[in-house]
Amino acid sequence: MTVSLFIPCFVDLLYPKVGISIVQILERLGHKIDFAEELNCCGQPAFNSGYWDEARELAAPVVKRLKNAEAVVIASGSCGAMLKVFYPQLFAGTELETDAKKLSSKCFEFSDFLVTKLGVTDLGAKFPAKVTFHDGCHGLRELGIKRSPRALLEKVQGLQLVEMKEEICCGFGGTFAAKFPMISTAMGDVKCAQAAETGADYIISNDSSCLMHIQGLLEKQGKKLKTIHLAEVLTSR
Amino acid sequence: MTAPVQQFKRQAEVLTHDLRHREIIQTALGKYAVVRDKNRGAFQDYQSARQAAAETKWEAINHLDKHLEQLVSKLEARGTKVHWASTGDQAREIIQKILREKKARSIIKSKAMTSEEIHLNHALEEEGFEVVESDLGEFIVQLKKETPYHIVFPAMHLTRGEIRDLFNKELAANATDNPEELTMVARRVMRQKYITADIGFTGANFAIAETGMISITENEGNARLTAALPKTMITLVGIEKVLPRLEDLALFLPMLATSGTGQPLTCYNTMYSGPRQPGEPDGPEEWHVVLLDNRRSELLADPEQRDALHCIRCGACLNVCPIFRNVGGHTYGTTYSGPIGSVITPHLRGLDEWKHLSYSSSLCGACTETCPVKIDLAHHLLQNRRNSVQKKSSPAWKLGFELMNFVFKRPGFYEFVAPLGRAAQKLHPMIAGKAFDPAFPWTKTRSAPKIAKQTFKEWWRERG
Repeated sequence: MTVSLFIPCFVDLLYPKVGISIVQILERLGHKIDFAEELNCCGQPAFNSGYWDEARELAAPVVKRLKNAEAVVIASGSCGAMLKVFYPQLFAGTELETDAKKLSSKCFEFSDFLVTKLGVTDLGAKFPAKVTFHDGCHGLRELGIKRSPRALLEKVQGLQLVEMKEEICCGFGGTFAAKFPMISTAMGDVKCAQAAETGADYIISNDSSCLMHIQGLLEKQGKKLKTIHLAEVLTSR
Repeated sequence: MTAPVQQFKRQAEVLTHDLRHREIIQTALGKYAVVRDKNRGAFQDYQSARQAAAETKWEAINHLDKHLEQLVSKLEARGTKVHWASTGDQAREIIQKILREKKARSIIKSKAMTSEEIHLNHALEEEGFEVVESDLGEFIVQLKKETPYHIVFPAMHLTRGEIRDLFNKELAANATDNPEELTMVARRVMRQKYITADIGFTGANFAIAETGMISITENEGNARLTAALPKTMITLVGIEKVLPRLEDLALFLPMLATSGTGQPLTCYNTMYSGPRQPGEPDGPEEWHVVLLDNRRSELLADPEQRDALHCIRCGACLNVCPIFRNVGGHTYGTTYSGPIGSVITPHLRGLDEWKHLSYSSSLCGACTETCPVKIDLAHHLLQNRRNSVQKKSSPAWKLGFELMNFVFKRPGFYEFVAPLGRAAQKLHPMIAGKAFDPAFPWTKTRSAPKIAKQTFKEWWRERG
């Protein structure tokens, strides 16, 4: 299958290993990558801030470029929710409405693509560590992805997964993190404390944006706990 | 006067750093979550129950006109006097007029968020009436001259020790922090008030159109005494409280209890259908029901967000909201706090002044997931944001997004982002975390992520 890949700006600039791992995994499974190189952003920051006209300006090229793809894999649950759930709302009543719906049906968050679309869980990875998993809220509640990342982690050799006591937001929330930094930070502290309670060495997530916030807090506080994206775990040997 | 947004940010700054406060709230709500989950399990299929509740509310709200007419005619048929109040001002005037006509001096009240919404206590006390809250939590916050902290748990932010100190000071009690003892102190005060009050004032949990009944659920029996002892009863009801049929309560009473407090059912569930009828030995001689609109019909006219009128005021969305759990109820500065408050306050009190509540959310969706009547809360926050920008955008944010679009849409420009970012990051450590750092809102508490040595796109191009 030809898999169209959407890499959001923060993965491109800050976490390229996530994208590279996704490419390596999909190619190893025999799929051809069609990388939408000219796309940089799904438009979510503007959309979430209420600037829907500005969001459409970035989103329209995404819809046009990817609408005829066989399948679109997105390296973030949050951007995935934007394409899959919010584009049809953003373009409702415009000439791109049909195309946005067409695209929506083909969009997959990376871990969910592997498990529900390809039926793959064992990638032969090895990651000997005690870990906990953070569900990005958009992936969890907008896309309903809970089982897929865990199904993949179960097959990773040496990995011990300990769940946190709650499914709770880490407090990133895009522009919220900068507009209300005190609330965002308090939420992040709650998250980090729950992760630390598990005794894990790593917080794994399928969303780099959450990890950017969590890692930032942990580093600033000099904590030992580390963060890593699921895709990187799945390419560990 | 400080704008609500400044007030909110200032309070949030204080309370997010108040670890003791955060601990009290997280502990209380942690206990709630355990019993809630247990009692959700008592439903044959909780998700189907939510769906059924949402559909019943759709029916109730979509035909609100018809249900209200039916409710009123059934109430009037048994001698209840019904009043329509378009605004909070009107509702207060109606209530004050009844009090004057009855030459009332004292009012005993059971819990009613609608009365908080129209600032009734304040207005009545200004006029010289004595108003006593009979719900224990409300009684406590009234003594403390505070507004309720939470829709369902008005005094959840106070410890037993703080309540003991309050009672000892205000009621000249000599109590320890034993809960039973404290309850008995409040009870001694209240029992006298029930007997001497001229007016019993209640809110409503549901209004049943089919039978013309007001349903009140409670745990302390205080609403029953409030309704039963004084000669005149006044009930203030938001018009959205209507349910079409009596049998709907079979679903809504357990739903409200489980979502609200985690209980399978609250201890007392009473249906009031009229004042004392000929031949009946007790009950109020007169019953006035005041139906409050207060901009609810404007929300009804909004096809995107009218499901916010489904709300049964259970507080479940507050309980799961990580923002509420960290900033607390008073920080909102509104009658209704948490996600539902952030959604409806802009409709009830103006978008311009209250839009910040829709922005102060990470949009995590825990509220939507827990809402027993399936209000699309998180998405309504997004719609409020969009509506506020359509009304009045911020030039700075608009310019920011336009610049971002300019760069992101042009690969030739985007290519420079990584090298420029790397250069800027070499200098950034000198100012990172300092007040004049442009990234200060981030770097005050978080280290900044680093631009990679090789971006994904650079890697992709290199491998050819």
